[in-house]
Amino acid sequence: MAKAAQSGIVGRSIARLEAGAKVTGRAEYVHNLRLPGMLHGKIFRSTVAHGRIRRIDASAARALEGVHRIVTAEDICKVIPNPHYGPAFHDQPILAIDKVHHVGEPVAVVLASDPHVAEEAASQIVVEYEELPAVFDEVEAMTSTAVVHEALKPAGTFPDLKHLQGKKNTNIALDYHLRRGDVEAAFKAADQVFEHRFRTQQVLHVPLEPFVSAAEPGDATLTIYTASQSPSFVRIEIARLLGWPENKVRVKVPYLGGGFGAKLYIKLEALVTALALLTRRPVKIALTMEEQFYTLTKHAATLRIKSGVTKDGRITARLCEVWWNGGAYADIGPRVTQKSGFTAPGPYDIENVHIDSYALYTNLPPAGALRGFGIPQLVWAYEGHTDIIARALKIDPVEFRRKNLLRNGRPQATGTVMKDAAIDKVLERVAARMGWEKPFDRGSGTTRRGRGVAIGFKASISPTTSVAIVNLYADGSCALYSSTVDMGQGSDTAMAQIVSEVLGIPIEVITVVHPDTDVTPYDMATLGSRSTYHMGNAVRRAAEDARDKLMAMAREVGLSAETTPIPDVFRKKYGMQAGNIVGTGSFIPTYTPTDHETGQSDNVTPFWMVGGTGAEVEVDTETGQVRVARLINVADVGTPINPRIVETQLSGAAIMQLGFTMSEQMTFSAGQCTNASLAAYKIPGMLDIPVAVENEAVDSMEHGGPFGAKGVGETGTFGVSPAIANAIDDAVGVRLTSLPLTAEAVYRALREKQGKPLQND
Amino acid sequence: MSVQNRTIRFTLNGEAVSAEVPTHWNLVELLQNRFSLFGARESCAQGLCGCCTVLVNGRAVSGCLYLAALVDGADVSTIEQPAESGGLDAVQKAFIEAGGFQCGFCTPGFVLMTRQLLDENPEPTEDEIKHYLSGNLCRCATYPEIIKAVQLAARARRAKA
Repeated sequence: MAKAAQSGIVGRSIARLEAGAKVTGRAEYVHNLRLPGMLHGKIFRSTVAHGRIRRIDASAARALEGVHRIVTAEDICKVIPNPHYGPAFHDQPILAIDKVHHVGEPVAVVLASDPHVAEEAASQIVVEYEELPAVFDEVEAMTSTAVVHEALKPAGTFPDLKHLQGKKNTNIALDYHLRRGDVEAAFKAADQVFEHRFRTQQVLHVPLEPFVSAAEPGDATLTIYTASQSPSFVRIEIARLLGWPENKVRVKVPYLGGGFGAKLYIKLEALVTALALLTRRPVKIALTMEEQFYTLTKHAATLRIKSGVTKDGRITARLCEVWWNGGAYADIGPRVTQKSGFTAPGPYDIENVHIDSYALYTNLPPAGALRGFGIPQLVWAYEGHTDIIARALKIDPVEFRRKNLLRNGRPQATGTVMKDAAIDKVLERVAARMGWEKPFDRGSGTTRRGRGVAIGFKASISPTTSVAIVNLYADGSCALYSSTVDMGQGSDTAMAQIVSEVLGIPIEVITVVHPDTDVTPYDMATLGSRSTYHMGNAVRRAAEDARDKLMAMAREVGLSAETTPIPDVFRKKYGMQAGNIVGTGSFIPTYTPTDHETGQSDNVTPFWMVGGTGAEVEVDTETGQVRVARLINVADVGTPINPRIVETQLSGAAIMQLGFTMSEQMTFSAGQCTNASLAAYKIPGMLDIPVAVENEAVDSMEHGGPFGAKGVGETGTFGVSPAIANAIDDAVGVRLTSLPLTAEAVYRALREKQGKPLQND
Repeated sequence: MSVQNRTIRFTLNGEAVSAEVPTHWNLVELLQNRFSLFGARESCAQGLCGCCTVLVNGRAVSGCLYLAALVDGADVSTIEQPAESGGLDAVQKAFIEAGGFQCGFCTPGFVLMTRQLLDENPEPTEDEIKHYLSGNLCRCATYPEIIKAVQLAARARRAKA
């Protein structure tokens, strides 16, 4: 065995383990899966936003040749008597029961061996509804007489949601409050008080591999193949729905063609489970691109933010009210409301803070987590607001931030003392890369140039558990068993690098066993940039455990573990190439829950992520067109395990957020999404990327992380939207407070500023 | 739904093959259901994302919009076709070296389009690369790395030529 921790592979930009499989088209995705006797399901979806189901007429569909079966909620209840699921609330039925709550909600399924037959039959189903009043706006939902759910049904797993059980006549799924100091007194004492309102639009993840799941019934067992970021959750939730023990449900996940927070918790898994048990045949459902628009989205949000400041530019108080548009089902929205809500005042050292954050039900497609867990919405508001204040006080925006920055050793709004959060370094590196102190070409004529910065931060979701197994074979090769899902973020490679480093074995002899809940141990989920830190720590511990056991075995047989090759140790012990060494590791960080009344906690997160963005833009004053000339993404990611993958994650997250900033927006008419296709919903292509994209991970160390590393997947998104809006303001003096920043929005604002507003059509 | 089948003969990745196909199938369905080739993938189903790219008689087509029966007599090439050398070609190697992918779902389309680009234009400018590949979407937004990969591949191919 080579000396431990000497391979030096952690910190190196090695190619991804699966690189060859991906460039030859051979990487395994659920979409490739074909099972003998498999039926395909096609979903019939609600055409109204809120209504009672009066009648389902499937006679024409049933009569079609090749249709195996039509399934409605009535059938589902035969195999799953209480078919409601969800991570925070058990509010979502597998198929609509009595009522529909949004356009696109699954009402019935057609099963056929030929997916074309199933699709044709689904189009022939007729449903009559009694329409009910609907509510779409998150602020209206606070007081609306249209109530989406008759009673709240929190999942039993969250003790802090118990008080919401059975609450009626409300659309508020969860309210979160934080109180620190006395904001009202501080507003009175302040030299100036600023208040603004911001809005973010509803967008969606658009993984290029749409949702897909299959279920195969066995002898009192069930195997689910699914494009899921949370195989352990799927197993536990399906077992709960069926009333089965966990070990009768097996969940297997290969590579994902993108996830971004969409493929979490239960999406199609409960449906294919019920269908497989009803038909006793394997059933696969693969959604179309259009259907993704009805499945899960990112919260639209309205944010009110108010600050008191002193003449010399100290922020003394900040009040934030946030209304999250959760759509028809809670999904993870209540967690977004709380876990992101407490960072609403931004990375600033503010004595008096008051936060109210509300998760609202509306009759729109459900919203969940999307690359940032609510953070990009909050940063949009607080970094716009902060910039407006700086400009009003005639203080340089970077200097104003510098003056108020939350530094290590100081308490965040929850009371948790900041540590290992390089907020100041990130801001300084953004400013340095932009040459902030140097003169800037402001353009001329109809092309005006401007620049802006923004900085955001995020707490990790806590407390969550990861478990890993390292299996060392007698020939010195090794397998890592982990339920972390590699959806493109490179976790397989990073985890293998950790094993290689600890065991001192080459990366080439390590394989990563993909999530299979019968084989790989529990992991909370691949979300919230938690894997590098949580699973990374578990993997490190598992590898250390294997290393310790190998050393002990070598000592036992009288060999030096330091100098003897691994196969020789096994051969001496077992007399032949035989045996295994199994190392295990688990990790759960410490955590103090926030107080229900005040939102205070002395230990609210195991680590902080920090992302800063600098943007240079050119605005065409005749058309409102905005061209992002330069996008600078700087982050505190701790010490990267694989610097190139980290850089790609930062850059990719920033360009994705650029889409949410400049073009992406779901549009609705009476709750019906009117642009549910890539032809009408514009995600960034190669021509939409900024002329220059620069990325930097600041020199940093996360003391609790494996080899000083921490999460990165979301960090690049934080500052993009407000940095660009701040740059537009800098260029042409107009302030946009709603996303996206389309040419039309910019042009309307320019005309408004000139006193010649455009009429609405 | 009445289904009509047709027997077609064509060349697939250099091999003469035949298949019976329902006339409404698209090329992606033919490749997946009859030949277990999954590198061409249907994603947007509108010919906008490039995930389903297949070469028919040497030209890239959107496999999701191309009727399978139309490849009767044609030369069809997919991402699974091995390079002449037997291993990876210069484009595939460049995508690995530049880290030009993340989830990998769009990668086959990008690789095939890059080959076609470099066949036509061995020394493309950055603007030419962006325009040529603008019909391929990567939701992981690995675009800067893909541009680097194309430039790397162009250099490698010129050096070899």
